[in-house]
Amino acid sequence: MLEIAIKGSKNYWLWILCLLAVIGAGAIAYIDQFMNGLMITGMSRDVTWGFYIANFTFLVGVAAGGVMVVIPYYLHDYERFHRITILGEFLAVGSLVMCLLFIVVDLGQPIRMLNVIFYPSPKSMLFYDMIVLNGYLFLNIVVGWKVLEAERNQVAPVWWTKPLVYLSIPFAIGIHTVTAFLYCGLPGRGFWLTAILAPRFLASAFAAGPAFLIILCYIIKKFTKFDPGWEAIQTLSKIVCYAIIANIFFFFCEVFVAVYSGIPSHLTHLKYLFFGYHGHDMMVPWMWTSFILMGTAAVFLVIPKLRSNPTLLPITCGMVFVGAWIDKALGMIAGGFVPSPLHHVTEYAPTGQEILISLAVWATGFLVITILYKLATTVKEEVRG
Amino acid sequence: MMEKSRRSFLKVAGIAAIGLGAAPAINFAASDSHGAAHAVKEKNEEALHAHRWGMVIDLNKMNEDVAEAIKEACHKAHNVPDFNHEVDGEKFPNTRPVDHHQEIKWIWSEEFDSAFPYKEDEFLAEKFHHLPIPVTCNHCKNAPCTQACPTQATFKREDGIVIMDYHRCIGCRFCMAACPFGARSFNFRDPRPFIEETDPSFPTRTKGVVEKCNLCAERLAKGERPHCEEASEGAIVIGDLENPESEIRQLLAENYTIRRKQSYGTEPSVYYIV
Repeated sequence: MLEIAIKGSKNYWLWILCLLAVIGAGAIAYIDQFMNGLMITGMSRDVTWGFYIANFTFLVGVAAGGVMVVIPYYLHDYERFHRITILGEFLAVGSLVMCLLFIVVDLGQPIRMLNVIFYPSPKSMLFYDMIVLNGYLFLNIVVGWKVLEAERNQVAPVWWTKPLVYLSIPFAIGIHTVTAFLYCGLPGRGFWLTAILAPRFLASAFAAGPAFLIILCYIIKKFTKFDPGWEAIQTLSKIVCYAIIANIFFFFCEVFVAVYSGIPSHLTHLKYLFFGYHGHDMMVPWMWTSFILMGTAAVFLVIPKLRSNPTLLPITCGMVFVGAWIDKALGMIAGGFVPSPLHHVTEYAPTGQEILISLAVWATGFLVITILYKLATTVKEEVRG
Repeated sequence: MMEKSRRSFLKVAGIAAIGLGAAPAINFAASDSHGAAHAVKEKNEEALHAHRWGMVIDLNKMNEDVAEAIKEACHKAHNVPDFNHEVDGEKFPNTRPVDHHQEIKWIWSEEFDSAFPYKEDEFLAEKFHHLPIPVTCNHCKNAPCTQACPTQATFKREDGIVIMDYHRCIGCRFCMAACPFGARSFNFRDPRPFIEETDPSFPTRTKGVVEKCNLCAERLAKGERPHCEEASEGAIVIGDLENPESEIRQLLAENYTIRRKQSYGTEPSVYYIV
């Protein structure tokens, strides 16, 4: 089946070349980081996780969001998702590849990475994160591939893909729950120390993942002969609608607890993010942009006329995606580390080199998604044509 | 076919037999050239022991000079890099400019409201505003860093010292996020160009690993007192928290002490006399 990927139009190859160029540039930047250490990043003694872990956290959400097409189709026999289920699964594969790469580029000693397996420590949440992330990746590759192959041969998928699909549902919830647990079990980090972090992560995941899938459906419709179907996209947009509202509501719950109780160790982080703290206000414009984007998108999605406007919908989805990225990637990290446990305010901004390496990781993920989507759409074209 | 396989079996068996026969001779030769055949595991009789090591810091005896001396003694002996140190350009060419936010420290001074957040009050006594308060790893009874570490590179010894295996650390910095005392530092770069005078009796670190105070475990093992205690002119006392007869238990019995961020339940082993 993989031979499909090497037969493509001029545009296809141009896109692949662009991605490879970004990956190449990022690889050179990474070699420098590998030789000289994480000193090339903007991270510091006070802000020890930065852009890499921020993107990792967000992309775990995009990966988990894929389950929003799997659940309706496999659990509720929602036929309209028949055509796009595979797209959700392959989006998860691409996102997980990015997640794992972001973890690797963030390590100070990547060569010792396998120590996590050689000396497993079941008390560490990272141990479980490794298991669920790799497990979910494996499940999606196997299921996606087998189902697509069966479709190409016009036979029913082999029986054991079904139990794997059912297993992938708790794994999808699991990757984001465990990733939230990485943050929310730590003493002294008031911004993260909240039981609603995992639900909030899931809500933003179920908004950002399907929003991105809608954008991808538009791209597929434009560049291939395969049509994912307008009804499917409309159902997805309703999922995005409820999820983004849930995300905003959960955030409001956070704000209420912090502000009404007035406990400084919880309040100062929010103050820093939205109003600045002791004159440090780098995050303020970002955070307001994020919430304006998500809020406006929620309004556009609630009103049926605006939601079903085919021109406005991809723009709305873009707003959800960018808003959630700022909120969950940038805000989650900055809010957690600033101010530090010793009340020092050290602001963080990624360096150019850090951004370049991150872009290369994104490009790698997009390369995987492009190739997998090429397979999926070509098979679907073959079968229908 | 049969013949051939039998011959090859005999060949292999023969080589194996020679090997088995030669092994003791090789071992003998090897051991002979080095003297004793086996390394002898011997406990140092003078090593200092405790059920749970702890530290009492008397803030009444603290001033700028003492605090500085403590930091100096610790950092010098443990090869902790100083980013203000002028790099030897010949030995370390192409050393890039430093970012002071990426510094490394094991024991250092903070102001009262940083050392004890939310413990300062509106009418805090004047003397506390300018008092340098030494802070370091608290060697917590319930250490969140050991729980967070995914490779057991950070672990707690039986005697309560929270210690690190620099060779196992993968540099994920999860322990740093978990520590509510900001006690840990990360080697964002190779620390060696910034060590003025390397002390060969303690290892230097590489880039990409976390490090922190080890309560001078290497000195306790030799029966010596920790550097900070020696340099503190009596302001720091280290001893066994579980032993009611120990000097630090006497101090705790006679003085009112506070600990950092007690409400988190990590049970710090560092006490401050105020």
